[in-house]
Amino acid sequence: MRLLSINWGLVLLVIAIAAIGVAMLYSSAGGSWDPWAGRQLARFIIGLCVMVVVAVIDISLYARYAYLLYGVTLVGLVGVEVMGSIGMGAQRWIDLGFFQIQPSEIMKLALVLALARYFHGVMPEHIGRPTVLIVPLIMVLLPIALVLKQPNLGTATLLLLGSGAIFFLAGVRLWKFAIVIGAGLAALPIAWEFLHDYQKRRVLTFLDPEADPLGAGYNILQSMIALGSGGVFGKGYLLGTQSQLRFVPEVHTDFIFPQLAEEFGMIGGLLLILLYVCVFGYALAIGLGCRHQFGRLVALGIGTQLFLYVFINLSMVMGLIPVVGIPLPLVSYGGSATMTLMIGVGLILSVSVHRERRLPRRLDHG
Amino acid sequence: MSNEKNENLRAKLFTRRALLLAGGQLGLLGVLAGRMYQLQVLEGERYQTLAEDNRINLRLIAPSRGRILDRFGNELATGRQNFRVVLIQEQSDDVDATLTGLNAIVPISEHQLRRIRREMGRVRAFMPITVLENLTWEEFAAINVHSPELPGIQPDVGETRYYPYGAELAHVIGYVASVSERDLAKADDPVLQLPGFKIGKNGVERTFDTELRGKAGTSQMEVNALGRMIRELSRDEGQPGADVVLALDLELQRYAHQRMGEESGAAVVMDVHSGEILTLVSTPGFDPTPFNLGLSKAEWNALQNSERSPLINKPIAGQYPPGSTFKMVVGLAALDAGVIQPGYTVFCPGHMKLGTHTFYCWKRGGHGWMDVQSALEQSCDCFFYDVARKLGIERLSVFARKFGLGEKLGIELPNEKPGLIPDKDWKQRALKKPWLQGETVIAGIGQGYVLATPLQLATMTARLVNGGRAVEPRLAKLPAGRAEAAPLIDVDKQWLDLVGRGMNRVMNAPSGTAFRSRITEPGMQIGGKTGTSQVVRISRAERLSGVRRRQEDRPWRERHHALFVGYGPVENPRYACAVIIEHGGGGSSAAAPVASDILREAMRLDPLARTAEAAPPAAGGARKPG
Repeated sequence: MRLLSINWGLVLLVIAIAAIGVAMLYSSAGGSWDPWAGRQLARFIIGLCVMVVVAVIDISLYARYAYLLYGVTLVGLVGVEVMGSIGMGAQRWIDLGFFQIQPSEIMKLALVLALARYFHGVMPEHIGRPTVLIVPLIMVLLPIALVLKQPNLGTATLLLLGSGAIFFLAGVRLWKFAIVIGAGLAALPIAWEFLHDYQKRRVLTFLDPEADPLGAGYNILQSMIALGSGGVFGKGYLLGTQSQLRFVPEVHTDFIFPQLAEEFGMIGGLLLILLYVCVFGYALAIGLGCRHQFGRLVALGIGTQLFLYVFINLSMVMGLIPVVGIPLPLVSYGGSATMTLMIGVGLILSVSVHRERRLPRRLDHG
Repeated sequence: MSNEKNENLRAKLFTRRALLLAGGQLGLLGVLAGRMYQLQVLEGERYQTLAEDNRINLRLIAPSRGRILDRFGNELATGRQNFRVVLIQEQSDDVDATLTGLNAIVPISEHQLRRIRREMGRVRAFMPITVLENLTWEEFAAINVHSPELPGIQPDVGETRYYPYGAELAHVIGYVASVSERDLAKADDPVLQLPGFKIGKNGVERTFDTELRGKAGTSQMEVNALGRMIRELSRDEGQPGADVVLALDLELQRYAHQRMGEESGAAVVMDVHSGEILTLVSTPGFDPTPFNLGLSKAEWNALQNSERSPLINKPIAGQYPPGSTFKMVVGLAALDAGVIQPGYTVFCPGHMKLGTHTFYCWKRGGHGWMDVQSALEQSCDCFFYDVARKLGIERLSVFARKFGLGEKLGIELPNEKPGLIPDKDWKQRALKKPWLQGETVIAGIGQGYVLATPLQLATMTARLVNGGRAVEPRLAKLPAGRAEAAPLIDVDKQWLDLVGRGMNRVMNAPSGTAFRSRITEPGMQIGGKTGTSQVVRISRAERLSGVRRRQEDRPWRERHHALFVGYGPVENPRYACAVIIEHGGGGSSAAAPVASDILREAMRLDPLARTAEAAPPAAGGARKPG
């Protein structure tokens, strides 16, 4: 019965976006299912099943086990860090033998769930108290610090901005954000010192990409050439010279949008963005239609995260922000990220399915 | 109930903030859409150009170089297939094994192996590297047979310049070599940038380089980000270089070169009416091929330091005192100026005194009474001492220049030298000293400051016997029927005839200095003039002692230069010839026999008559540059 109450419109949207992704991966390989499109399709089908399962599971379960999941994932992040430092090289995943888990990927969802659970339990009249914010701030800063250490600037940015959105949605006073942003800007020079050389170079390259067209600025420049040369209607499917001839690097992962915009032009690019806007709209509608704060925060928290993915990736390939390793959700090739995103959408769907569920403010700790 | 109210309040706050957040997101996405509009619509064209630039690689196709032909179409310089093998690293799993396998068929030297390894590290795996070149057909065939066992090795045929007659024509043809930085700075022809492209560095290869080079073709290749060629989009074959047809007669050239033998010197044969150069020999020759392939420092030094200077193109760049070959000009100048009459005679006692200085005749006992003709015939020095003194250096120098001496003649070869016809101005300028009368006297016998190149002497001779027309030497063959008469020199025909009779007597009178080298075949008699120019002063002691050392006893470098200028046939001159044999001893003994043989061969082959019958062998872009 619950299957019927799933928001199939959103599911269709996700399928549409993923189909575009598979088509682009087919083109990236020069018109071949191998090596990306076929595998991505298979993962997506599995992901779709997982998504539906996630959608129908009772939402109180997620609320109940939110802290546990967060805790375990945090331990995982520490674990990766420790493994790295004891001589296995910098790595971001844990090998369970049959499956590889990237704790930083799971943390994207776990943090949303944990924060939603926390703010769900905070009395509306208490939200103004500064002390109320101590626990969630620690909850946010711990994983960010660990992820930055990996170093994974993209995920850290995503966690930071995504959590900020949840704080905002939970009703934290605006002036507090002003303070945090101000402090953050003041700390920027210090943060600069902590950046790795390659990260510094990326920032500098972003500021003047044409200064070194064959070096660090190459990626951005070639990406912009691909985009720009697509024009309004594009060069046609499989006919993008920039991407087919490998001028754009990483065209199957982070730089897949330039290929789409090159082959299908501005029309194609805007269509994909429109599909994303519809997804965000569903998340907004589902969040607004939910009767409990947990569901509202989860739906919009994950929705905002999706938006951040899209916005950061597109800004990057259009040369608006420095290069950070963030894929285009559901389109870029990548198993772990796709799975996380599908589960995320599954959670939004679950909120929709269980929007009338009454969740008590105090929940058992899972 | 307050709980319920609270919950509603919270939902309201959430809704407000969620809409705010959504609005912000929408705004940011609007920024992205605007950016796409900017990149894809406003700046779309610019990025389209950049994308095309990225993907299209314009490759030049080297044009094949034109041939150099003689007047009968014989190939003097041409392209020859260069059998070579290239290695494409990515086609071989084990490059070392491939090279070892190749080594078993055609040995690869350590030196080559080092170069190959160096290049392997430098170029991308799909770029061909030249492993071996200039292979024989047998070697090339053997590699072809074994190529299935040699992954990565590809046989290839290129083009190298080939000079079939090597040293015999090296000075005229010159050679091609790699483009230098200086060449690149001078010219903007993009084809010069091609790796391995060769341009003319000397001789005709250099003067006619533009014609021979042709125009580069282009091939538009689509390349990927690594530079690998994907496909050819369009191709323009360009224009192969034009053939250059020279006036030279290969057979006569080879004969003259061979007739010069081991001597160091020059021989020129010229058409007296058109100025076409039929033969231009400089000995010793050199092999031009190593210049094309790259000359080692040792080879270069050996050529450069040889006392017989094989690298100097002696007919145009060797400057010698013309000696007695200058006497026709002196006599003619004096007749023309009215200083002497045809019947003017001088008594030669074997010397002439001028002030305190005594000028000796080559014949110690003297010639007795001499007129212009007999003085030419027997090459009497005293007569011309006297005539030159009467004439003065100014009138002599002005007249000599009319016969092509003392200035460049503009032949289509690099490094032509002007020779020297001195006058008072020149000495004041160059040596800051006033002119001495004694210097006029020795100029009268073509010594002192006077210098001429063999080409100038041949031109002078042609102008003396062609009716007084100022022909200019030219290497490129004239298009058939395009020969126009050269302008007349302002000199009385009867004086020219008089001097001509003197030159006739040099060869054909029993007392003539070159009587022994005469040609007796009817219709082939020649006229001429010997010359012997001193390289070192004959010391007074030597002269007084009367025991002059024989030329053969002197060191080579101190021996006299032997010269001869001549023409034939005497009745209707067509061929003029100048021969110099460096340190050859005497003009009549060393140079006259050689020149006589060359003239005889010229008249026997008679290339001018044969050309008139034969159609031009190849339509060429050959023309005098400028």
